[in-house]
Amino acid sequence: MNIHAIGAIYRFEMARTGRTLLQSVVSPVLSTSLYFIVFGSAIGSHMNAIDGVTYGAFIVPGLIMLALLTQSITNAAFGIYFPRFVGTIYEVLSAPVSFVEITLGYVGAAATKSIVLGLIILATSTLFVPVQVLHPVWMVGFLVLTAVTFSLFGFIIGIWADGFEKLQMIPLLIVTPLTFLGGSFYSIDMLPPFWRSVTLFNPVVYLISGFRWSFFGVSDVNIALSLGMTLAFLVACLVAVWWIFKTGYRLKS
Amino acid sequence: MQPILSVQNVSKTYEGGFVALKNVSLDLSQGEIFALLGPNGAGKTTLISIICGLVNMTEGRIAVAGHDIVADYRAARELIGLVPQELKTDSFETVWATVSFSRGLFGKKRNDAYIEKVLRDLSLWDKKDSKIMTLSGGMKRRVLIAKALSHEPRVLFLDEPTAGVDVELRRDMWRLVSALRAAGVTIILTTHYLEEAEEMADRIGVIRKGELILVEEKTALMRKFGQKRLTIQLTAPLAAVPPALAGHGLELAPGGQALIYAYGTTNGSHAPVSALFHDLDQAGLAYKDLDTEQSTLEDIFVDLMRGE
Repeated sequence: MNIHAIGAIYRFEMARTGRTLLQSVVSPVLSTSLYFIVFGSAIGSHMNAIDGVTYGAFIVPGLIMLALLTQSITNAAFGIYFPRFVGTIYEVLSAPVSFVEITLGYVGAAATKSIVLGLIILATSTLFVPVQVLHPVWMVGFLVLTAVTFSLFGFIIGIWADGFEKLQMIPLLIVTPLTFLGGSFYSIDMLPPFWRSVTLFNPVVYLISGFRWSFFGVSDVNIALSLGMTLAFLVACLVAVWWIFKTGYRLKS
Repeated sequence: MQPILSVQNVSKTYEGGFVALKNVSLDLSQGEIFALLGPNGAGKTTLISIICGLVNMTEGRIAVAGHDIVADYRAARELIGLVPQELKTDSFETVWATVSFSRGLFGKKRNDAYIEKVLRDLSLWDKKDSKIMTLSGGMKRRVLIAKALSHEPRVLFLDEPTAGVDVELRRDMWRLVSALRAAGVTIILTTHYLEEAEEMADRIGVIRKGELILVEEKTALMRKFGQKRLTIQLTAPLAAVPPALAGHGLELAPGGQALIYAYGTTNGSHAPVSALFHDLDQAGLAYKDLDTEQSTLEDIFVDLMRGE
């Protein structure tokens, strides 16, 4: 294992975050705070409690998940796409590193950034609403698992994309709508039966449900199913990354 | 002695059917400077890219110091440094950060003293905290060389390293190349400045349409393919080459004031020249001056390319 290489890629990516602190951390925290003010305080004060949880607190896990998913994908996608775009990827591809080490460096850094961001948003939320975490170990587990899985997904997008438009396409057109429709701001039990069934095809439902369970002990779907779906997506992403490096897709000719 | 780089029967066909390399074989010894020459699109960069792991070969085998570049890629790549043709740099990074990153990427422990030495050797030390985007093109080229040297490679590829750089920097680079060779580093360079290859290289390889058509010691190449041209300035103009000198293949210069004698340098023999002067005396031709020119590598290269 080329530990120095993993460390070099990881530090390089983390340093990029330091340079773009406003975009990487301040911007998502600000937008999440606005969600709390609008949905949590202004609208939430007129909403009934859901499963015994005030609406303001109920949306906390969903908002963290929303930021976690989009930031994991964006960070990892940009991290690998930018060197491809400017051509500096030649150095990584000619270095004595395996695809596992390259992935660990890039995805590890992207996941770290997302986890830190998620924790900052959690801390920020306590300024607006009282938040309890019933199962802190599971909460951290879901946070890490989701950050890693979606950073892997972003890494795949960053390799697949051949332009900035494509880089933004999946996070904006697929992930954000799925997150909004995945129960970030409501319990899927509040939906009519037909739409509840449709929603169960949305993988984000399982992430948010599991994560919310770790906070309040209530969930839309079974916790084991949530965990299983997240792990299944993780395995699918790992297989895709393995195939990319095996074939050199978009990386080598 | 085991070659530091062994390329055996390497071929590359890109998707779409373009054949970039055809059965290329080449062995390089440690510490030599090898110049790979060829027109644009001949396959130079493809060959370098395959050796460095950037392009997959279709057939063949390559080993660096005995390490197969596919089966034992870690050991092989640790020994290789690459300076690419294009200026591919991280614009927002500092010089120090990007060179340190390269060292780590190639599996080497942090060594600030070594990085400092590399930066000083390349006159980059006073720019170590500058962002790369603020540097001139020549300085960016130095940064790429510093990155390639950061992990102490034993084989260094310089793909058009002096393209678009000023004369001073070019001379600095060749000084560096000499120092690296003295330290036992094998250098493979491609260049369009053939006088550089002529001055620096130990051996020359010429690649044309994906085929390595020639690999020679530079001095042997100059002897084998080079020509000398002797111009004999006559005291009185001639209307035609005298029949007595017809056997020498002389050419009469425009105006008839000089005779031009072109001869090969294959065996270094001067016998033909002495025979010519003997016959000139016999023909009673008087001459007032002599001038000789020898083919440059550029002339040889152009002749080889015309021979397709």
